[in-house]
Amino acid sequence: MVTYGSTVLDDDLVFKALADPTRRYLLDRLFVRDGRTLTELESELEMTRFGVMKHLRVLEAAGLVVTRRKGREKLHYLNPVPIRLIHDRWIDKYTERRVSALTDLKRELEEAQ
Amino acid sequence: MTTAVATETVTQVFRVYINAKPQAIWDAITQPGWAEKYGYACRSEYELRAGGKYRVFANAAMKQHASAPDVIIVGEVIEADPPRKLVQTWHPIWAPEESLEPATRLTFEIEEEMGVSRLTVTHDVTGAPVVARMVAGNVPNAGGGWPFVLSDLKTLLETGKSLGEQG
Repeated sequence: MVTYGSTVLDDDLVFKALADPTRRYLLDRLFVRDGRTLTELESELEMTRFGVMKHLRVLEAAGLVVTRRKGREKLHYLNPVPIRLIHDRWIDKYTERRVSALTDLKRELEEAQ
Repeated sequence: MTTAVATETVTQVFRVYINAKPQAIWDAITQPGWAEKYGYACRSEYELRAGGKYRVFANAAMKQHASAPDVIIVGEVIEADPPRKLVQTWHPIWAPEESLEPATRLTFEIEEEMGVSRLTVTHDVTGAPVVARMVAGNVPNAGGGWPFVLSDLKTLLETGKSLGEQG
């Protein structure tokens, strides 16, 4: 059984949320200007309100969007931290190895001269 | 007009789930020794009461390579409710550009959910576009802002080592 604790600490939700062009587009819109309402976001997409809502829910479940109530409005904020966590956990690890492999290669070639 | 006020306010929200107790997160944010172990690795001091002082000191590398002043960030505690909520002002003064902007407002909220803690950092950077870019992690070679700090804090509390110390 997947517990709530393991769900909120799970990278899978982030990867799944990012694996969709509409959701990435919504994140890009929030990156340009944060704290938007559903109505504002909906106006930039050729999609039903319900469709946009569904995508925002997936982003929220993955922690990529955080919502805040302001009076009667619900504002959506981009939370870049889960992407940073993936970067630190996965991308940094492999790119660093690649960089060091190139450095090693350079040293070997220079020493061989 | 409330709508005009709403559009002028610029708020950034950062959230991270950490497998640690709220008290451990609270200590890592507010205790002087902890702040040196993650993020920008600077000693910080809090007087944890309303009206109390907040100061962040430049570390040795910052002084050596960037000729930073002794104190790089100042602020005032607005509300301290350990280990749940901390509200403060936050004003970087390491360079003229940032110093000239108004002080920003920072809120830390720590909630426990099913054995996991949820830390939400809300940074009201209204009127401070230079600081806003920096803390969002959008300035190249400036360390990555809150996403970097929170990722490092999570790594430190969950593994005992910061990102820089990971094997």
